[in-house]
Amino acid sequence: MSDTAVSSSAPTRPSRLQLALGKPGFLLGCVIIGFSALLALMPHVFAPYDPNFIDYVAIRKPPSWEHPFGTDSLGRDSFSRVIHAYRVNMQMAILATVFALVIGVIVGALVGYYRGIADMIFGRVVDAIITFPFLVLVIAVVAVLGPGLVNMYIAITLVGWVYYARLMRAEIIAQMGNDYSDAGLVMGYSDRRIIFRHLLPNAITPVLIYWMTDMALAILLGSSLGYLGLGAQPPQAEWGVLIAEGRNFITTAWWLSLMPGIAIVLTGLGFSLIGDGLADLLRPRG
Amino acid sequence: MATLQYILKRLTLMIPTFLLVMVIIFLLVRFLPGDPALAIAGDRASDADLAAIRDRLGLNEPTWVQFWLFLTNTVQGDLGTSILMRTEVLDVVLQRLPTTAFLTVYAVGLSVLIAGPMAFVAALNRGRWPDTVIRTVFQVGLSMPVFYIGLVLLTFLAAQLRWFPVGGYGEGFVSHLYHLFLPAFTVALYTSAIILRNLRSAIIEVLDAEYVQFARAKGLPNRMILGRHVLRNALISTVTLLGLSIGNLMSGTLVTETVFAVPGLGRLMLEAIFARDYPLIQGLTLTFAVLVSLVFLLTDLFQSSLDPRMRLS
Repeated sequence: MSDTAVSSSAPTRPSRLQLALGKPGFLLGCVIIGFSALLALMPHVFAPYDPNFIDYVAIRKPPSWEHPFGTDSLGRDSFSRVIHAYRVNMQMAILATVFALVIGVIVGALVGYYRGIADMIFGRVVDAIITFPFLVLVIAVVAVLGPGLVNMYIAITLVGWVYYARLMRAEIIAQMGNDYSDAGLVMGYSDRRIIFRHLLPNAITPVLIYWMTDMALAILLGSSLGYLGLGAQPPQAEWGVLIAEGRNFITTAWWLSLMPGIAIVLTGLGFSLIGDGLADLLRPRG
Repeated sequence: MATLQYILKRLTLMIPTFLLVMVIIFLLVRFLPGDPALAIAGDRASDADLAAIRDRLGLNEPTWVQFWLFLTNTVQGDLGTSILMRTEVLDVVLQRLPTTAFLTVYAVGLSVLIAGPMAFVAALNRGRWPDTVIRTVFQVGLSMPVFYIGLVLLTFLAAQLRWFPVGGYGEGFVSHLYHLFLPAFTVALYTSAIILRNLRSAIIEVLDAEYVQFARAKGLPNRMILGRHVLRNALISTVTLLGLSIGNLMSGTLVTETVFAVPGLGRLMLEAIFARDYPLIQGLTLTFAVLVSLVFLLTDLFQSSLDPRMRLS
């Protein structure tokens, strides 16, 4: 790669941490996500009001010192609602992806290792699922299960595992071309040991990088479903729901929809910066 | 002749995939709690309606017979009756299809117009400030949900400045172009963010390729090198990427149609979901799957006609 900043004259190769600290994008991503995690863990510390406190004398007030993001149609403090939404929206990044990751890694590793009929069936399933636009299949499943956060997670997992499995399968097959995989076989190790102790640790890096990008997508997807009325349900404070609540007053009370959107963009950006940084750092170096 | 054979081969390969697609759509409604006939007929159905639906779908038969009936009905164009519209699902879908198709093609056109020149500028100034600025802006664009981009454009360009209508589809081609500009632009901003990065690296790869160096060494004018070699190769990768992103594009279209009240398939899908109109949901899900695989096929053909290395074997 032509953009490697490491000079070849350095006596020792810099550690990955040193490399990471030299990348402003990656650092910025870590700061954004670190701060977002803090807000998600203790929103009460940062939010000045109870997010569901209704104040009928302060309805749709513009931003002020008292209410930095204004107030909504029920006089609730928008700033506090955006802060409290960090909890559910950050949860989305984890809960909408982690089950798909685990299922995908296991299925992908197994069909990649054993091939045969299971692999053929797997190939057809992948073809069928990628034939649907992702969102269409997810909302069709949500339509059947009913709107709500838990059902949204189930729907995203049901569709999303395929993408992880496909990637994992390809990586396992690539790793099996190496001598160490045959060496394990010669040593008489069990298949389970070869797959999970030898092949998987070597094959998982691209999957983990994809996971980071997928977390950014999960927040976008989750808030889109919230906006459409299929994800989190009001009065829960969730960015998509907040934007939808402000939609009818967008010309008179623009702050209601604008602020939660900025939170989405920032968090999404944070995750994708980390994803890009990791892709650079974890790529095998020569 | 070879092309025809290739298309036939591709279509044959699509059969098992589509059988599975049908299984997925079939299973969707089977997972509903309670009586599927009641779900399909809606709350206001009479006993006679219910009996007719049970009979048509073979709900008293074993599951595989039900699936076979579903499959044969679908292949004959019988997708059932929409609860919401009280007409054939196929008719409703065909009536809304042109709007979504128009919006999608419009959005693809705009995204190429946006991402193409930007990728060129970024690739030619690799590592310098124009490259950094362009990449940063599009990276931020990638982190924006489509509905939010749409809402912001709607608020400022349509509601405040009144440059564009706030919704609808209009009558006639020019009016469609005008009415759908903001929705198409919304989808295009999001799509161009997806294609920019790949297009930029594709252009850089071609610029570094030996045949381009050779063309330079021959003394060909820069305009000719860019137009003949770089543009042509960049076009191939753009078309491929756009084809493969068609699912993303359709997802974006679906959300955008809702934001701008465009009477297309995506908005219909959401109406169907809130009305619990399961035959319509099934029909629309199938339509989207058919559209995506059609685009996959066209991408393949286009790619092979542009790139001699891909010539149909």
